[in-house]
Amino acid sequence: MKKGNVAKNALIVMVVMWFFMLIMVPVFGIIQEVFKFGISNAVASLLTPHARHAFLLTVCITIAAVIINSVFGTLLAMVLVKQKFKGKLFIEGLLDLPFAVSPVVAGFMFIILFGPQGFIGNWFENQGIKIIYAVPGMIIATLFVTLPFVAREVMPVLREFGLEQEEAAYVLGASRWQTFLKVTIPSVKWGIIYGITLTVARAIGEFGAVIVVSGNIINRTQTVPLHIHQEFTDYNYGAAYSAALLLALVSFALLITLQTIYKKSEQS
Amino acid sequence: MGINVQNITKNFGSFCAVDNVSFDVAEGELVALLGPSGSGKSTILRIIAGLEVPDRGKVFITGREVTTLTAQQRKVGFVFQHYALFKHMTVEKNIAFGLEIQKRPKKEICKKVDELINLVKLHGYEKHYPAQLSGGQRQRVALARTLATEPAVLLLDEPFGSLDLKVRQNLAAWLKELHDNLNITSIFVTHDQSEAIEISDKIVVINRGKVEQVGNAHEIYEYPESRFVASFIGQVNVIDAFVRQDKIIIKDTSLAIDKQRTEAPDGSEIVLLVRPEDIMLKECPTSNSLECRINKIHYRGSFYEIDIALGAFSIKAIENKNSFMIDKWREHQNVAVEFKKYKIFDIIGGHGAVREQLRQLGYIE
Repeated sequence: MKKGNVAKNALIVMVVMWFFMLIMVPVFGIIQEVFKFGISNAVASLLTPHARHAFLLTVCITIAAVIINSVFGTLLAMVLVKQKFKGKLFIEGLLDLPFAVSPVVAGFMFIILFGPQGFIGNWFENQGIKIIYAVPGMIIATLFVTLPFVAREVMPVLREFGLEQEEAAYVLGASRWQTFLKVTIPSVKWGIIYGITLTVARAIGEFGAVIVVSGNIINRTQTVPLHIHQEFTDYNYGAAYSAALLLALVSFALLITLQTIYKKSEQS
Repeated sequence: MGINVQNITKNFGSFCAVDNVSFDVAEGELVALLGPSGSGKSTILRIIAGLEVPDRGKVFITGREVTTLTAQQRKVGFVFQHYALFKHMTVEKNIAFGLEIQKRPKKEICKKVDELINLVKLHGYEKHYPAQLSGGQRQRVALARTLATEPAVLLLDEPFGSLDLKVRQNLAAWLKELHDNLNITSIFVTHDQSEAIEISDKIVVINRGKVEQVGNAHEIYEYPESRFVASFIGQVNVIDAFVRQDKIIIKDTSLAIDKQRTEAPDGSEIVLLVRPEDIMLKECPTSNSLECRINKIHYRGSFYEIDIALGAFSIKAIENKNSFMIDKWREHQNVAVEFKKYKIFDIIGGHGAVREQLRQLGYIE
């Protein structure tokens, strides 16, 4: 009994230390650096035009990714769960591709496809629309890396939800659209919200895919992670740490929300 | 007319779930679709509701053909086995759903919901969510939700299938009462013969996607038209025999009883179907009794179940606890047995092939 307790406590200490070393120590490091830099300097560095532009751009791209992903992610989940068609398994397997492929590789794929030499990019260029080294390309890249989140969260909820409630709605006279809005969506809403939270977390922090397709142009195509990288390579450590801390705080707040949502969805 | 089903056939891949099924339900009637699980009874109900499309055949509801109509257009009430309540809505909202879809005025909806809450005795539960209710309460909410839109017919798919025995019995009795008050044409699916006998006006026995027999509880129990019906509704003993002149001789024995009916010609192979309660134990042999042996006597609460050896056959008799003189009988004791009532099924063919034929016909396992 006593021996077991010792082993148990040792395990707990080990896990906690591991957690601290990997997560808490770096965060404290950043906080310390920011204080060294000075709070007023930090605020000033966050208010420079290119920092403000970076934050604004990140917000815009994130909003776009959330809107498009929640609509298409939900549709994708509905089709994959409810419809039977050839190649369904193939698509379901492919859905996790963005998890597996390096974001940098994904970025290069988009350059090939949407760049001026690319087939699609060329067509858009002729219409006067720039995709690569511009915001549309960055949104596409963000969409790619966040594609599975909403769909993957909604699919199990939808499977568990089953068909009976929808059939009950049909028999009570509800059309397919009414049933979708009043019965299906409310039933899978926690899945959608959970997926959106994950999408936001990934979208605000995405670096690899975005840096490749954006060209990293200050005040034009620089998101917060790219801005942090820029400041860091320019030896503006204080500014880099300040922006990094803010980004980390936003992510942290998001994770707290996620946990709350998770608890709430478990209750209902 | 209430509901007419004409020559309905439905295949799922190579599996024939419903095979040329036809039956009628009169207006105001409460009909049970009774059969073992996988017999296709639920599929028939879903076809009537429009949740499943038949490969062939027609469905009429109140005299109108609805075969090509969607579930939304048919305006039937359907109660699901697992309630299918909208989990994110309160009891109130669940019941109001159909009326809100019809865009009825708010006042009317409120009044109707109150009425139905009354009817299903769920006062104080208006604001509860389905997860906060017991199984019986959930099924009552499901019924109220269905009745809210005043459907012309009510279809219930194993409505009490997932409830405890006591709750099931109460709810079944309550449903019967409700049906008698509202007089709404209803079909309910069940695999529970006692439930079917208790509350239905008419029973349609379904087996392997086919209608085996249609009739009221008395007809189905007393005059089964097939071995399946005889064994599925209540218990039955199956005994091989053949006819010699005016006697029925039990197979592989010299035991014989007088032939009562003339249907079976001399020399024909038959099976006797005897209900356990129709087997009478006699102390002394009578002119029409069979020499048997008691194997085992089981105490079953309100009755005794007695295993009896009749030649090579093992048969079961049931004796009421109050009329059965337990002291008179011992296990392994010889006994004279009389059949108060039995049913004969003719078998055409050679002597040894009786059981094989029965097996092929699906009369025995």
